[in-house]
Order: sequence, then C-alpha cells, then structure tokens
Amino acid sequence: MTQSRSWIPYALILPSVVFLGLLFVVPLVQTLWLAVSDNGTPSLANMTTMVTDLNFGRSVLNTFVLTLAVVPIQIIMALTMGSMVAKMNGGRETILWIWTIPLGISDLAAGMVWLSILQNTGYLNSILFGMGLIERQTAWLTYQTPVALFIGIAIAEIWRGTAIVMIIIVAGLNQVPKEFKEAAEIFGASPWTRFTRITLPLIRPALQSALILRTVLAFEVFAVVYALGGRNFPVLVGEAYNWQNQNQNYGVAAAYAVLIMVISLAATLVYLKAVKVDPERLP
Amino acid sequence: MSNTMNTSSTAGFISARRLLFWSGIVALCAWVLVPIYLVALGALGGRTGAYQWPKNFLPTDISLQPFLLFLRTEGVFQSFLNSLGAAGITVALSIALGAPAGYALARYNFRGKDSYRLLVLLTRAFPLAILALPLTVSYIRLGLYDTVLGVGLIHTVLALPFAALVTQGIFLGVPRELEEAAWVFGCTRIQAFFKVVAPLALPGLVATAVFAFVISWNEVFAASVLTVRHRTLTAYLLTVLSESPMHYRFAGGLMLILPSVVFIFAVRRYLFAIWGVSSK
Repeated sequence: MTQSRSWIPYALILPSVVFLGLLFVVPLVQTLWLAVSDNGTPSLANMTTMVTDLNFGRSVLNTFVLTLAVVPIQIIMALTMGSMVAKMNGGRETILWIWTIPLGISDLAAGMVWLSILQNTGYLNSILFGMGLIERQTAWLTYQTPVALFIGIAIAEIWRGTAIVMIIIVAGLNQVPKEFKEAAEIFGASPWTRFTRITLPLIRPALQSALILRTVLAFEVFAVVYALGGRNFPVLVGEAYNWQNQNQNYGVAAAYAVLIMVISLAATLVYLKAVKVDPERLP
Repeated sequence: MSNTMNTSSTAGFISARRLLFWSGIVALCAWVLVPIYLVALGALGGRTGAYQWPKNFLPTDISLQPFLLFLRTEGVFQSFLNSLGAAGITVALSIALGAPAGYALARYNFRGKDSYRLLVLLTRAFPLAILALPLTVSYIRLGLYDTVLGVGLIHTVLALPFAALVTQGIFLGVPRELEEAAWVFGCTRIQAFFKVVAPLALPGLVATAVFAFVISWNEVFAASVLTVRHRTLTAYLLTVLSESPMHYRFAGGLMLILPSVVFIFAVRRYLFAIWGVSSK
C-alpha cells in the first residue's frame, strides 16, 4: 500500500466506530452515570434501593446458581457432541444441522416450548400419569416448587444454549491436526488420555471463547425465566426490566445494569486468566 | 445393527459399542427435536388441545385453524411486520457498516487496528441488550422511542461486531492476487471490489446477513424496553404473555421458531466456518 492511500482503512472503519461510539460507548457511560446519580448529582441512592430491595438477594443468588449449573453442563454436552460427530463418517452434516437448530431459537420461544411440556396439563405430567407415578396433575412451575421450577428453567436453557457452544467447539476440533491423534494412538495412548492430553489443550481458544460467550449470555437470562415462571423466579435482568417498565425507575434499573456488566466483565477476565492460551502450542 | 456380527465376542463388543454410540446420537437428536414437535402440537391443537388430559402424543387432533386464528388476533400480524422491519434494518446496517470494517481488517495494516479489534471484542464481554435501559431517555428526546428504526439501531449494536469479525474472515478467503490483477487490468479499486471481490465474498456475506436477521428476530429485552405500541413479535408476546391462554403462547412460540429454523438450514454450510473464524 502506498503512503497516499493510508487513509483508506480509516475511512472504512470510521462508520462502524462512530456507530458503536454513539450506541455502545455513550449508553454505557450513561448507564454508569444513571446508576450513581440522583437528579443529576452523585448519589448512591439507586444502589441502596437496589441492594435493600426484597428481591435483590434472591435474584443475585438465582442468576449465579443458574449460571453455575447450566454452563458446565453445556460445555460437557458440547464436548461430547463434538467428539461424537468427529467419529462419524456418513450423515455427519445432517446430525450437525439437527443439533444446531436451537441456535435459531430465542429464549422466549424456548420458554414457551418447555412450558408446553411442563405446564399442569403438559406432556411431562401426562407421561408421569401414564406410568402411574402421579395421580393428578402436578404443578412444577409455581412459587411453592422452587426446586422444580429451577430445574425446568435450567433444562430449557441447556436445550437452547448448547448449540452455540457446540458450534464453537466443533470449529475448534476441526482445526486439530489428525497427525497429533494418530501419533498418540501409535504410542499407545488410551482414548481418554488422547482427549485430555491432546484434544483439550489444543481447543483451548475455542473453549475460552465458548465459556465467555455462554457465561455472559447466562447472566443475561430473562425471557425463558419469565415465560416459565413469571415472577416466581427473580433474576437480575428480570429485576432491571421490572424497575424500568413497571416502576418507571430508570435509576435503579441502571444500577442493576451496572451490576450485570461488572459480573460479566469479571467472568470474562477470570476466563482469560484461567484458560490460558499459549500461542506457541497452537496448531 | 446386525446380529450376525455377534459370532465372536470381540465383534459383539464392537457392535455393542456402536449401538451405544448410535443410541447416543439418536437420543441427542430427540432431545432437540421432540420439544419442537410438542410445541407444534400445542400450537395446532387449539384450546381443547391445550387442556386435554392426559395428553395425546400423536398428531390426531390438529389443524391449522387455531394457528390462523392466532395470526388474526389483534396485534400479532402488525408485530410480525415490525419484527421483519427491525430485522431488515439490522441486516442492512450491520452489513453496510460491518463489511467495510471487515475488509479493512482483512486487507490493510494500519495503526489502531488492534485497538479497533479490542473495541469489537469488548462488546462481547458486555450484556449489550442492557444498554437499551439508558437509551430510553435519549430515544424519547430524538423521537426514536417506540419506533421500528429505534429497535433496529440497538439490534445493529448486537450484530455489527459479529458482522465485522465474520466479514474479515470472508475477505481473507478471497485471494488478494485476484484483486491486484484487476487493478493491473485497469479497474479502479472500487470497480475491482465490486467486480472481483464482492461476487466471491457474496455467499459468506449472505450468511452473515442471515445471522444478523436471526439476532434481531430473536432479541427480546431491548425490543420490550424500547417499544410500547409498535412492538416487535418478541416484545408483543412477552407483554401479553401473562394474559394469553396456553395455546396462544404455544402458537407464538412456534411462530418465533419457524423462520429461524429455515434460515439456519439455509446457512448450515457456513455455521462452522463463521464460528471458527469469529472465535479466534
């Protein structure tokens, strides 16, 4: 590239920089300011209202427990699926397509799908009734059945959110050279050793970005919870939504938003540190 | 699995493993497909189907009538159009803004390239839809509140970083030599781009557009916060959720699922190429 053309890349990225500046950076700063101000002066009133709210403790706990339950299961399922398709010859494309269908399904729709199964006259109760395990319709999604409601929400989240993890991991697995595995096989490594000593270290970058993406999304969980349990299972984003839309209190909603952002950023940093990616060991 | 293989114990062991393997595959396929089948039964079963007890797992009492009735419910079709509008704006803007950035990242080395990549990656660590909360105030001031354009703009924030990273990978896949050859034969840079690079990059760009569409189509939170009367389908379904009868909820779920499934099918070849690139 000649020196006189050096403005070209800047002209090409400028529109997106301006756009992200206006609709990402500015709202970000506004959120921070809204959260720590009251009528234009610095104040911790919103934070205090948030922390002393009856639902605060429960929504923090629920969001964390849900994330801790869902993300590891999704990673394990995705690794299993990835290893399975790696062994297939025929029909690989079809199976992969079926497994990626949930990628196109919104969390709201996923909530409605599992509502049709878990509601009182739903399919789960019909099966349990047919097997003689229950005598009448049983409610699973109420305030009185917090554990069942939690499991229902977790299942719906796992059902919907595993596809994206699987795609990232399969993309990572595709980049692992066959020779590495063949060499290990010749030297007599068992399948489990090959998986833990060869495959896992080599797909670390994929694993890292899958973990970051899924965890940030898990802390944003909202519509699936709302569709299944209404307000019976408070989560952070749901509380932000209620403060904004029902209570019209933008300050407290912003305080929740800041809390969610801080948690997401902290999780990202933890993953960047914990799942070290050594560029020299990459294929 | 054929039983003739069970003549020796080793063969029997292998076929048992194969049986286990394929049972796993089938079970995982059922795990994905059966819930969709069941919500479709719910959507096509109408009111009587929703309260039928115990449920029939076979599609005996279904018809399109209940679903068509749902489509004619006030607000449904309009919100469907609004969703299409917001998704259309998202597709147009994220490609128009993201593809040039992706091209710059793929073809040029410039100061600030790493900072730009950092900005794009940073958006990933943020729950972006949350940004709709402070935008309410600015949107009211700018007249964007409760408009399809406003929703399309915030959805573009979600789709743009993705589009920039993915198109970078797509343009890296178009050989630079072809473009330089076009310059030699007298094309201007712009002509070379549209006559040589764009046709080769087109399938990948279409796949990126489809993803931008799905991102917008499925987004619930920002759309619900930023609209009141001009709701997108997800925002509409969320707000009427508590008042709607069960079979309407299932019909809404099915209506949200169908277009995305078709789109994912259309771009299935690109799924792994795209995510392989964007997860680097």
